[in-house]
Amino acid sequence: MSEVIQIPGNTAPEVSQGKSPLKVLLHNPLAITAMSWLLLVLLGSLFAPVLAPYDPIADSDLLNVLSGPSASHLLGTDGLGRDVLSRLMFGGLATLGAVGLATLVAMVVGVPFGLVAGYRSGWLDSTTMRIVDIVLSMPMLVIVLVVLAVFSNNVFVAMVVLGMLLAPRLLRVVRSATIAVRHELYIDAAKVAGLGDPRIVFRHILPRVIGPVIVQSALVAASAVITVTGLAYLGLGQTPPAPSWGGMVAEAGTLVSQQPWLLVPSGATIGLTVLALSLMGDAVRDATVGGWSVAHTAPTKRKASSPSMPAEQTGPAGQESLLEVSGVSVSRDANPDAFITRNVSLSVRKGEILGIVGESGSGKSMTASAILGLLPPSTHLASGSIRFRGEELTQMSLQQLAALRGKEIALVSQEPLVSLDPAYTVGNQLSELVRRHRRLGRSAAREIVLQLLADVRLPNSEAVFRKYPHELSGGMAQRVVIAMALAGNPSLLIADEPTTALDVTVQAEILELLRALRDEHDLTILMVTHNFGVVADLCDRVVVMKSGEVVERADVVTLFESPQHPYTRDLLAAGLDNCEPREVLDHPFASDQKVAQR
Amino acid sequence: MYRIVLSRLLLAIPLLFVVSFLTFLLVNLIPGDPAAELLGPQASPEQIDALRDQLGLNLPITTQYWNWLTSALSGNLGASIYDGSSVSQALSGQLPVTISLVGLTILFSSVVGVAFGVLSAVGRGRIARLADVISLVGYAIPNFWLGLVLIAAFAVSIPLFPATGYVDFAASPGEWFRSLVLPVLTLGGPVVANIAKQTRESMLDAMGRDYIKVLRANGASERSIVWKHALKNAAAPVITVIGLISVGLTAGAVVVEQVFVLPGLGSLAVSATTRHDLPVITGVVVYFTLIVIVVNLAVDLAYGWLNPKERKS
Repeated sequence: MSEVIQIPGNTAPEVSQGKSPLKVLLHNPLAITAMSWLLLVLLGSLFAPVLAPYDPIADSDLLNVLSGPSASHLLGTDGLGRDVLSRLMFGGLATLGAVGLATLVAMVVGVPFGLVAGYRSGWLDSTTMRIVDIVLSMPMLVIVLVVLAVFSNNVFVAMVVLGMLLAPRLLRVVRSATIAVRHELYIDAAKVAGLGDPRIVFRHILPRVIGPVIVQSALVAASAVITVTGLAYLGLGQTPPAPSWGGMVAEAGTLVSQQPWLLVPSGATIGLTVLALSLMGDAVRDATVGGWSVAHTAPTKRKASSPSMPAEQTGPAGQESLLEVSGVSVSRDANPDAFITRNVSLSVRKGEILGIVGESGSGKSMTASAILGLLPPSTHLASGSIRFRGEELTQMSLQQLAALRGKEIALVSQEPLVSLDPAYTVGNQLSELVRRHRRLGRSAAREIVLQLLADVRLPNSEAVFRKYPHELSGGMAQRVVIAMALAGNPSLLIADEPTTALDVTVQAEILELLRALRDEHDLTILMVTHNFGVVADLCDRVVVMKSGEVVERADVVTLFESPQHPYTRDLLAAGLDNCEPREVLDHPFASDQKVAQR
Repeated sequence: MYRIVLSRLLLAIPLLFVVSFLTFLLVNLIPGDPAAELLGPQASPEQIDALRDQLGLNLPITTQYWNWLTSALSGNLGASIYDGSSVSQALSGQLPVTISLVGLTILFSSVVGVAFGVLSAVGRGRIARLADVISLVGYAIPNFWLGLVLIAAFAVSIPLFPATGYVDFAASPGEWFRSLVLPVLTLGGPVVANIAKQTRESMLDAMGRDYIKVLRANGASERSIVWKHALKNAAAPVITVIGLISVGLTAGAVVVEQVFVLPGLGSLAVSATTRHDLPVITGVVVYFTLIVIVVNLAVDLAYGWLNPKERKS
């Protein structure tokens, strides 16, 4: 009744290589394009007096008013026949100068305060953040208008004020980056070594937060470009005839019906500059932080399976098997040769409780997910067959499979408190499933839900019905999750470590409940666990898994009495549950200690 | 629920004082004499002194502020320097225009942005990348430019909508809506992608949660998983972003009102700026801050609705 399966060698884990941020940046074509554009605009503006083909104000080519792009005027001419390219270049100086000033002020104010607030925490931090909140809810542009109302055309003061209004954005980012760094060991070491706070902040923390500072500064500069050009568009700050990008858009706006082209050069210059700044920010962030990955479970795409292995004979003939898993291998999309589970076969007979045991990472939960057709993203079923009531699940469409979930096969998962949607009441979530599975109206479903809550031995089911998940204890929440799994009256319940997150006393109650429910609801249970105590308590038969493979199958008594595989023996020996209770030392010294303790 | 509203209001009202006080401080802190600046270089010292008296600039800043505040609390925000008219009346007349513009824009960009974000989270792949591109480009296009292009396209070339002007809702709801279509697209277009991006991020996060797997494993419909469970749990950061964007919209509204010649607070702010009309522009600051406070309050209420934990405490 017991068999041992040998495991072939393991696959090596993937090794990722680290690269310096600058190298990553220089290998990003988008970042290079963005930087080139910014450099082009900057040089074109700085050296406008030398490079520009015409004078931006005096040179009016009145014979060529509103011309499109031509050989003599690369970007055309405006309403007074002035060269658009030259005006853009001269206008760039005014625009970028203002943007640079605002950004500089934002950095000078935002970075030090952010460092101090993040490093010091306490009242200093909370006061700073309070001020930040206030400044962030101030109408930025209108405040700048106040300044310009009094000091008309004093762009300098306006930009200093704009910089201060933008500073909180930098401050917040620097603060959170500082908080993240503050708790690292080397900062503690520096403190112990007796370094002063200013030195720690500027020598040891500042270099670490420089990445976020660059990213946010680029975004602040992008905001400043929009504000500065917006002000110029409104005719404030930089006034005609002196060229500015925003002012050129305004001029083009009045002439739009005569020469729409005129909107293009100024609009594109502003747009591309803002775009380049934000792309730069993104690229620097990606280079310093690295790509972010996203957790996401979706119905898994099921690759056509080729059942290479015949279903193994695991039980005596005559007993009806509800679920036959044979030769199931799951592998990663990225590395199809590295199997997460390899050639897993097991069969679950109607009415029994089958345990899958193994340490974490042994592939037992992955096997359960494969049965449900809910493998994590970027993994897939490489081969194998999963037959439920004789039907091949791996060949089913996603819709067919979805129709099976909850109605035939249901899941109880590990952490009860995160297994319930925190935003809805228990009653709402249960009713939804009951109504869907049993096609009932609202009030009929409510009756069923209350009955289910009573079935899982929750006292006062009316009150539980109205509760939100955060108002439940772990044990109560797990009972609700079990009730959810029962909503569709399934025949197979997959319980994935249902007691691991619970207190020991609650664990026993839940196991007791599952045993009772098996009889009352005619359930078959597939119990995934790492705990041999649970196995001994509940299961009829056991499958032991190690490194993605089944190493032993046995009924529970055989397994405990004569484990065959060395790994099973190790697991059994490692459990504390079956150890003899440690005895009090009958040594004079021990009793002395006892006396001393009293 | 009432307690949340009350406590938020108690927190929000100081904001009004702080912002208006900072405005006073700002005018006084900038080096130079505001009165002399306002009157220009030709003004005689007597004229400057008279204006200083009129504006109360000879008084200490705290007294200035106190005087303004006490009359502001009774609904009087002073008189325009330019034509002596009541600031409160001028502002209240223009307020509905700005509220219509900003309100419709928030509604439009939220609905479209969230829908787009959810679809791109569920579909992933191409739609998601499209949202990324649009959000970058949308952010980069200055809205005054977008407004001019929309006018050229949909008011001049294909005359679907009026190029400029505003019709009162009371006068004709249909025309009111038509007059706001292009301004709302101009103001909201760029932020739609921003909201979509945030929605996608938090939807992806929510879709990876355990309860989604449990719901799916126990047979909840995909539609309910996405639109009922994941979306409600993903909503809080989206609401935060919508709140922040709404604060930014006040700045955008100033420009967009100018592009479409809408007689709102923003237009008033711009004309007051060119006329150096300090009382009017201070009033605009107060009104915009009020709008921000209302938006923040709505955001807080939304949090309470989204998060049962917050509601109880």
